[in-house]
Amino acid sequence: MSSRENILAAVLKNQPPASPLPDIGFLKGNAVDVVAQYSGVFASIGGNVFLVKDLAAVDALIRENFDATKRIITTLPELGNSFELLSATADPHTFDDVEVAVIEAQLAVAENGAVWLPEQRMGQRIVPYICQHLVVVVAAETIVPTLHEAYGQIGLGQYGFGAFIGGPSKTADIEQALVMGAHGPITMTVLILDQVG
Amino acid sequence: MEKGMKDHAALAEAFINDEERVDWHDGALWWIRQKRDIASKQIPEWEDLRETASRIKNNVLSNLHDYLLQFEANATLNGIKVHWAADAEEHNAIVYSILKDKDIKQMVKSKSMLTEECHLNEYLIERGVDVINSDLGEYIQQLDNEPPSHIVLPCIHKRKEEIGEIFHEHLGTEKGVSDPTTLTRFARRHLRDVFITRRAALTGVNFAVAETGEYVVCTNEGNADMGAHLSEVQIASMGIEKIIPQKAHLGVFLRLLARSATGQPITIYSSHFKKPREGQEMHLILVDLGRSRQLGRVDFRDSLKCIKCGACMNTCPVYRKSGGLSYHNTIAGPIGAILAPNLDMKKHADLPFASTLCGSCSNVCPVKINIHDQLYQWRQVIVREGYAANTKVLGMKAMAWTLSSPTSYSTLGKAGRWVLNNIPFAVNNKFNPWYKQRDMPDGPKESFDVWYAKNNGHDSEKD
Ligand code: SF4
Repeated sequence: MSSRENILAAVLKNQPPASPLPDIGFLKGNAVDVVAQYSGVFASIGGNVFLVKDLAAVDALIRENFDATKRIITTLPELGNSFELLSATADPHTFDDVEVAVIEAQLAVAENGAVWLPEQRMGQRIVPYICQHLVVVVAAETIVPTLHEAYGQIGLGQYGFGAFIGGPSKTADIEQALVMGAHGPITMTVLILDQVG
Repeated sequence: MEKGMKDHAALAEAFINDEERVDWHDGALWWIRQKRDIASKQIPEWEDLRETASRIKNNVLSNLHDYLLQFEANATLNGIKVHWAADAEEHNAIVYSILKDKDIKQMVKSKSMLTEECHLNEYLIERGVDVINSDLGEYIQQLDNEPPSHIVLPCIHKRKEEIGEIFHEHLGTEKGVSDPTTLTRFARRHLRDVFITRRAALTGVNFAVAETGEYVVCTNEGNADMGAHLSEVQIASMGIEKIIPQKAHLGVFLRLLARSATGQPITIYSSHFKKPREGQEMHLILVDLGRSRQLGRVDFRDSLKCIKCGACMNTCPVYRKSGGLSYHNTIAGPIGAILAPNLDMKKHADLPFASTLCGSCSNVCPVKINIHDQLYQWRQVIVREGYAANTKVLGMKAMAWTLSSPTSYSTLGKAGRWVLNNIPFAVNNKFNPWYKQRDMPDGPKESFDVWYAKNNGHDSEKD
């Protein structure tokens, strides 16, 4: 017998009697003021967060806060006049010199500060990890209270890869001292697009 | 214990000798435990979440056979090549054959306790394949030729000056530099070159979803992703117990994992891998390595619910004061002491005894494993099977006899009190293992029976 069959047979023989799946429908967050909660949590995990009213303001904010002489890439066509539009077919290794990447999230989670980025929104899987500074634009109305509502919206997900990202890359491996930018971005900025406000 | 091998107590002795380090290690881990407490209290339904997670895992264990098949079918449809490995040797051989096929001689690896259990690095190095661990803590441990001492914080036992020294010796940083930010930046530059040049990357797996055939890898550093997204061959190694039924269940586990581990609201990166990147090969190895056997051990099967958060280690008074390396096992601390005897009861017979059975581990466990009960149960199995160290067998036999006989308990109690109060040096000596690292208490003036009778207004017949 192959290992596959051996393992499956041993598992079948040894597994305990049926135990039903619990209902998780009762797990729901509170939807009151998710923007304020998101901003507070994200700042507490070392992220920068700004409320912006439109993409022109995003454009200005990036120029103000980052070194525009270095490589800035984006997946947002509206920012294509100012910054390099990300190529979906380029070799991932060619992004090694990216200073800032500007991408848009599908949604954000108030309780933990994370944004959800399916592969399509990243442009390329490596982009949010390899850049020195990550900027994520998220529409205020897409912020949900907890991961439960987030997975409710993501559903089974039409992506090959997707990630929750909640802050800049960090490590505390050397004597528990928190250091931002272990391998990935040294900073992460979330721009909450609040077109109503 | 194997002959000639040191047990937990002997290994801990070296660690304990450096009292200042013990205090610091103890404090560092307790601080993380406190961060976990604060984070958990911010979630009003925390206890419901733990209960739900525990029940989902019960369901996983009771349907593991079907979930494995469902996962395999869906992952295969997604374009992932699924392999099965019964043991470490088979797992390592699969990894090697994948690399050999592509003529790859260098691989970058992100944190995976399973590959540590399999001793994959040594296996590959023997065959001419160079492996670099990219998690900073693991990288430091690898440079220093030591295994990780904690499943979440691999080099928690090292001081920054020691790490500075390791960097100086192996990476050429200036002597005396020990600032964590400077050292981290140095490693960042160095490891970026590694990520850019490696054609193969291996990651562990935190959760694998049967319903969708995808798997989730959680890191704070982003190292798993840096490796995976730049490689042409991506390999994931997972224990068969990592399966969860549905994607929506990730909401439950991801809310618990980082809060229990370090007090963070979520791990920085929770990456969901479903299909290989265009032009990339993706392999996943399902590894048994004793898990199916543990599933059949009724008293211990719940240990397979573990999501490897490390909370039980951070809270354990024995772990905090003896250091992870004293457990001589990949997974240290309370949960390691349950998992290890399943793999080799003789070699790990000492580990279930490295606990005060205070129950703190069970109280913090996000999936509600009855850790301290299982440690107690392992002790009984180990004594019954004849693997316990002799000192412990004698002590336990004497204790069992005393506890099972009210008269002897009472008589010995009297004798014990007399000895403690009158000739303390008779117990405060090196022949009494309980005296090690402790001062024996002063004996109480009266027995509990006498005290109880007095304070409840009854006359005692006994004593
Ligand atoms: S046994 Fe529980 S507390 Fe310990 S590592 Fe596993 S999940 Fe965490």
